[in-house]
Amino acid sequence: MSQTAEAPVTAAPPPKKGKPALSEGKKAERRLGLLLCAPAAVVMIAVTGWPIIYSVWLSLQRYDLRFPDQREFVGFSNYVAVLSDGYWWTAFGVTALITVISVVIELVLGMLLALAMHRTLVGRGLVRTVSLIPYGIVTVVAAFSWFYAWNADTGYLADLFGADAPLTDRVASLAIIILAEVWKTTPFMALLLMAGLALVPDDLLKAASMDGATAWQRFTKVMLPVMKPAILVALLFRTLDAFRIFDNIFVLTKGANDTSSVSMQTYNNLIKGLNLGIGSTMSVLIFIAVAIIAFIFVKLFGASAPGNDPGGKR
Amino acid sequence: MTQVTPTFIPQDAGKAKSRKETARKARWTVVDVVIVAYALIPVLWTLSLSFKTAEAQTDKSFFPSEWTFQNYKDIFTTNEFIRALINSIGIAIIATVIAVVLGTMAAYAIARLDFPGKQLLVGVSLLIAMFPQVSLVSPLFEMERQLGLFDTWPGLILPYITFALPLAIYTLSAFFREIPWELEKAAKMDGATPAQAFRRVIAPLAAPGVFTTAILVFIFCWNDFLFAISLTSTEASRTVPAALSFFTGASQFEAPTGTISAAAVVITIPIIIFVLFFQRRIVAGLTSGAVKG
Repeated sequence: MSQTAEAPVTAAPPPKKGKPALSEGKKAERRLGLLLCAPAAVVMIAVTGWPIIYSVWLSLQRYDLRFPDQREFVGFSNYVAVLSDGYWWTAFGVTALITVISVVIELVLGMLLALAMHRTLVGRGLVRTVSLIPYGIVTVVAAFSWFYAWNADTGYLADLFGADAPLTDRVASLAIIILAEVWKTTPFMALLLMAGLALVPDDLLKAASMDGATAWQRFTKVMLPVMKPAILVALLFRTLDAFRIFDNIFVLTKGANDTSSVSMQTYNNLIKGLNLGIGSTMSVLIFIAVAIIAFIFVKLFGASAPGNDPGGKR
Repeated sequence: MTQVTPTFIPQDAGKAKSRKETARKARWTVVDVVIVAYALIPVLWTLSLSFKTAEAQTDKSFFPSEWTFQNYKDIFTTNEFIRALINSIGIAIIATVIAVVLGTMAAYAIARLDFPGKQLLVGVSLLIAMFPQVSLVSPLFEMERQLGLFDTWPGLILPYITFALPLAIYTLSAFFREIPWELEKAAKMDGATPAQAFRRVIAPLAAPGVFTTAILVFIFCWNDFLFAISLTSTEASRTVPAALSFFTGASQFEAPTGTISAAAVVITIPIIIFVLFFQRRIVAGLTSGAVKG
């Protein structure tokens, strides 16, 4: 009884009192919001959404710019061609290897760097400033620096391991590519982790310390749980970013000795081979791979996925 | 323990404490030195190569034995580098301005207004931030060829804006959420017109965030290589990162090590300036967007 009596009372006032008054302001607010977002949304969708669809369309065609007359719809045969190609899978393996190894190293080094930037007693500004240099520097510039450092003719590091020419050996090349990647992106990882570190309450650490927790226990039991969302965000961004590795490989090895990544393969087929059909097929496959990685991460994130409560934080 | 005020600490304890403090500082100094070396060595190496003479390029020593400005003279006397530098600067600035303006509008709406599709926009920009750029290279290559945008400034500016927008929207909306918007109301109550309230109160508060975002977006555009090398074919629009790999030595038999390094140093200068003068802002910009998402 009381429920049925109460319900209309609590529900009624807003529509009666609020709605006519609100609707004008609300409507204006909605219109303004949409209007302000429209240009950004249009540009983003026009330059990514449409091309991706177009890319699917191109991937279903035989389309080689050297033989434009032979352009025709061939269904999935480009996909068959790419997926049964050894080079593609080698590139895929190389990309996956580089991604996993460099992200793991970056996470460890990034955490150390974040702790240093967060806690250092001397020269905090200096440490933060120099850490930004690898982040900001043009990737190609850094890649050339590593290239000349390891190059047999010019490099101060070339003779370090006694090998004749590190950049002509597959394993050494991959190690150098990973080094270049790690050097460049660890500071970014560290900054994201530092943002997470800032959320760890000092009181909590002090209390744990009082209770006799060792530094390692404080790190694993207190800091890591609080930082988990920041760590996952950093891992997601870096994994997807590492998966599209291109610049470093282009400069360091040009993909020689089977060090090509999937991005390199796509570029080679497209710009060097001028084969739009195969290039687009690879584009679509990379897109799918990235979507799968992102999906797995979002599953791992659960509720802490970024963008889950964007409006709530005012 | 920590509550004890220093004045009550006996002389010895104070000394022990300061000794401990010194040891800790020394340890941190070592850590700092390692970090500084880590960050600077590749940069110093490029700098060193750029000052080495042509003959010394292959001496494998970290420091030049003899310093020369010849490499810089060489790159600034060729059209190749100057053209690329103009392209880099022009394209990055135009893309930054447009991305920041569009981003500011969208971020203001996201931070302050309630409207349908807001979540969708945030989701879409997050997706684009993670988008594999190489997936766009094939279709954009074909589309731009058909539209006549291939190898032009707009042909690069468009994808740059697109990939910079998520970054701009995230960073700016994080900044905008921190602005005390009540001040705007307060100013109006005190008799300011909306324009005055915006100009005198809100704009100064929002400016640092917008400026920081502009730096981040500029760095992004300045850095790009994949689009620059795929969507250009001549010096009409080739930016420096793409042009570097086309450099040739002074003579046919000379490796372009010195000129590439000199050009690399030149395009690193703006980055160093940003980092030196706006370190605090860049850190704030990168971290705010990440945590508050």
